[in-house]
Amino acid sequence: MSTLVKNNNKKADIDDFDHAHDEKPRGIMRWLLTTNHKDIGTLYLGFSLLMFFVGGAMAMVIRAELFQPGMQIVDPNFFNQMTTVHGLIMVFGAVMPAFVGLANWMVPLMIGAPDMALPRLNNWSFWILPAAFSVLIASLFMPGGGPNFGWTFYAPLSTTYAPDSTALFVFAVHIMGISSILGAINIIVTIMNLRAPGMSYMKMPMFVWTWFITAFLLIVAIPVLAAAVTMILTDKYFATSFFSAAGGGDPVLFQHIFWFFGHPEVYIMILPSFGIISTIIPAFSRKKLFGYSSMVYATASIALLSFVVWAHHMFTTGMPLAAELFFMYSTILIAVPTGVKVFNWVATMWRGAISFEVPMLFAIAFIILFTIGGFSGLMLGITPLDFQYHDTYFVVAHFHYVLVTGAIFSIMAGAYFWLPKWTGYMYDERLAKLHFWLSLISVNILFFPMHFLGLAGMPRRIPDYALQFADFNQLVSLGGFAFGISQLLFVVVVVKCVRGGAKAQEKPWDGAEGFEWELPSPVPYHTFSTPPKVK
Amino acid sequence: MYKIIITFALLVFSSIATAQSDYNLPLGVTDISQKVYNLHMTIFYVCIAIGLVVFGLMFFAMIKHRKSKGVKAAQFHESTLIEIIWTVIPFFILIALAVPATQTLIEMEDNSNADITIKITGSQWKWHYEYFDHDFGFYSLLSTSPEQIANTKEKGVNYLLEVDKPLVLPINKKVRFLVTADDVIHSWWVPAFAVKQDANPGFINEAWTRINEPGVYRGQCAELCGKDHGFMPIVVEVLPEKEYQQWLDSQLSSVLLAKEKEQQDLNSGMTMEEAMTLGEQVYLSLCAACHMPSGEGIPGAFPALKNSKIALGDVKKHIDIVVNGVEKSAMQAYGQQLSLKKLAAVITYERNAWGNNTGDLVQANDVQQPANK
Ligand code: HEC
Ligand SMILES: [Cu+2]
Ligand SMILES: [Cu+2]
Repeated sequence: MSTLVKNNNKKADIDDFDHAHDEKPRGIMRWLLTTNHKDIGTLYLGFSLLMFFVGGAMAMVIRAELFQPGMQIVDPNFFNQMTTVHGLIMVFGAVMPAFVGLANWMVPLMIGAPDMALPRLNNWSFWILPAAFSVLIASLFMPGGGPNFGWTFYAPLSTTYAPDSTALFVFAVHIMGISSILGAINIIVTIMNLRAPGMSYMKMPMFVWTWFITAFLLIVAIPVLAAAVTMILTDKYFATSFFSAAGGGDPVLFQHIFWFFGHPEVYIMILPSFGIISTIIPAFSRKKLFGYSSMVYATASIALLSFVVWAHHMFTTGMPLAAELFFMYSTILIAVPTGVKVFNWVATMWRGAISFEVPMLFAIAFIILFTIGGFSGLMLGITPLDFQYHDTYFVVAHFHYVLVTGAIFSIMAGAYFWLPKWTGYMYDERLAKLHFWLSLISVNILFFPMHFLGLAGMPRRIPDYALQFADFNQLVSLGGFAFGISQLLFVVVVVKCVRGGAKAQEKPWDGAEGFEWELPSPVPYHTFSTPPKVK
Repeated sequence: MYKIIITFALLVFSSIATAQSDYNLPLGVTDISQKVYNLHMTIFYVCIAIGLVVFGLMFFAMIKHRKSKGVKAAQFHESTLIEIIWTVIPFFILIALAVPATQTLIEMEDNSNADITIKITGSQWKWHYEYFDHDFGFYSLLSTSPEQIANTKEKGVNYLLEVDKPLVLPINKKVRFLVTADDVIHSWWVPAFAVKQDANPGFINEAWTRINEPGVYRGQCAELCGKDHGFMPIVVEVLPEKEYQQWLDSQLSSVLLAKEKEQQDLNSGMTMEEAMTLGEQVYLSLCAACHMPSGEGIPGAFPALKNSKIALGDVKKHIDIVVNGVEKSAMQAYGQQLSLKKLAAVITYERNAWGNNTGDLVQANDVQQPANK
């Protein structure tokens, strides 16, 4: 960077740089060898979209089987494989890579860095992901089938009683974990070292802040997951007894380890959402985020609290009363910082000048529907109530509200928000609005009745059910098919937008703020070879 | 337009409030379940109230403060006072909720002074109930026919929620449950009692209930426990005390009868035809879940018995596996679950069905020797 000629005209500077160094190979090699954060961001996002449809197809199989009482389409063992692999793919293949993709694209642009700090590592952390998911999906075709013990893989169902293919599942999870850890290290190093001069921590954009905290969560949580799957591996194949009472172990120990990873994991999937929403709501309200520093502190306290609530997933395992009380109190305490977030978004909209472009529509839907998921979360956190709700469709409704209408809606919002910047074209507003409204309606038909199914007594992870659950299941399945089909519209909008359309300006959203909007659209291949000035 | 929306909203709310049993938690038949229900409704209303305020403000802003109306955005932001207010108020709401929750929880966890103790053991895919105070017990299995599940027969009202032999309990007694499992984790759940307790293999959990009203209450296994997790329901028949005592007496005398019958079976043999008919019955109800009705198993998970070395080979080995099970595998020990006659019959069946034509006829007497070794 030091060799660069000082140039006051930023745009000309970027162009010069582009010509001098834009030596990317053509075709497939460009993507295989790329160390460019924008290319890698695109790869992550594309991969995540693909996995969203693979996992979605499995959800369609589940909903088709549950359309009517009785076994129609698949057998119970295959059904269990579908629920398991659907969960694994959506969590590790769709939601997490989408956020890493957004981080790759946006973090360097937002902090004025030329690229990620560790570009080669970046290439590696992406390319091991397709390998991991190939292994996972291939395990479905092994004799005895793929993983069928739920995405939470409780022992001993996942050890002594698991299919022979379990080693492949363990291997796949290990690779996914390595990918996540490498990605997280890269993001932390980038944020700590490559911020433009003058950008102190308390001046970083919210999306950067939330990802910064998320990356630390990843580094702490993922090794615990790696330990859990390793113990599963040795219990199943090497005669250890971590989780078997006969050898002095304890099956509940597995759940403690798993959820010590698992609860931070749910915040790994929602904190970056908070960042995206905190970017979009001010932009379309044309008003500053109401409380920047309290949002940062709220995010940090949610992250810290997320390490002391894990056993709220285990109230029925027979914990001592004192532990049940502790985990109830710590869990409902999370409602406080989460409330601060929601109140802040509403206060930001208050007396703004609001307009309703598609990113804003998704962001508003996020606030409402995520809050509904938060309400059911609060109810689940109350131990005596959890005894009734636990392992029913009420829980299924809860986590799909926070993951689909939470995480995924925020990803959609972010994608629409930054698409013009990435491609240089505006997306088709009419089709995008259609996508939004169809998604909004169908997703609620899909998940809202699940609350009632759970309260009425339908357990989760069952391939067939009693007759009183038939009407609502049919409705839920119809909502599911509609939601699945609606997402094809998203692909149409994205492909159209990549191909062409109305030219996007440098800053297509008049209320948006940040370095990324000072760059031309589409963003040049190389940016910020000289760091921008913080105003 | 607004009127329609409001009427609709009122309809929805009143139906939620009154649809007590169909799409809401059941009120249940124990003091605890009723407390849990009330707590559930309280928190539900608190959430609705918070939601109305927050979303109300948000929609107000969305309607009044829109750019298309020509408004100019205000530029206020940051207010420590407001931040403190909206941190503290939720905190107090939470305390108000935590107090009754804590009280209910402490009551739920008080397992002392039980009148009756029942040991519940889950295994793939059935429940075993043992009456601790009387030294007898029985297995409880799904009784819905496979034809109903396969949609070739009309489904009954209690489809998937019916068993061959329900757990029977009296009203107004404190019943303590000791819950455990033989293989994987299961979870014993009866919503009407607000009891859900995981059954962990190798460990014993406690739970209790005191039921106020006689009746039949149904639940299901709540923890994923393998292929037929969706097919291991729980049925509890609750009787007035007197009838319960009668039921108990009749059970105890039939236990004695069964013991006598066992002795007779040892002396008198079955014909091949008898053995095959009884064997098929047992096989379909207990073994087919894993080894499949065709005897072909599920490759990679459950071995085939058709043409298997065991089923065609040494009878003693075969008897040993069925009676004692295979350690560290899903193959349970059936020695305690089935009578000698049934064991003999199912082994005979496996050795002669699906083209396994060994011609071997196993008798109760043959089974007894290895069982007693
Ligand atoms: C929960 C599933 C399950 C059920 C139910 C079950 N089995 Fe098995 N069975 C297995 C498994 C798994 C094995 C393989 C054990 C091993 O060798 O690791 C097995 C093995 C066997 C074998 C030895 C087969 C061979 O060739 O190695 C016989 C015989 C057998 N079972 C008979 C029965 C009978 C009789 C019943 C019913 C009374 C029954 N099983 C019920 C799971 C089951
Ligand atoms: Cu959690
Ligand atoms: Cu189960």
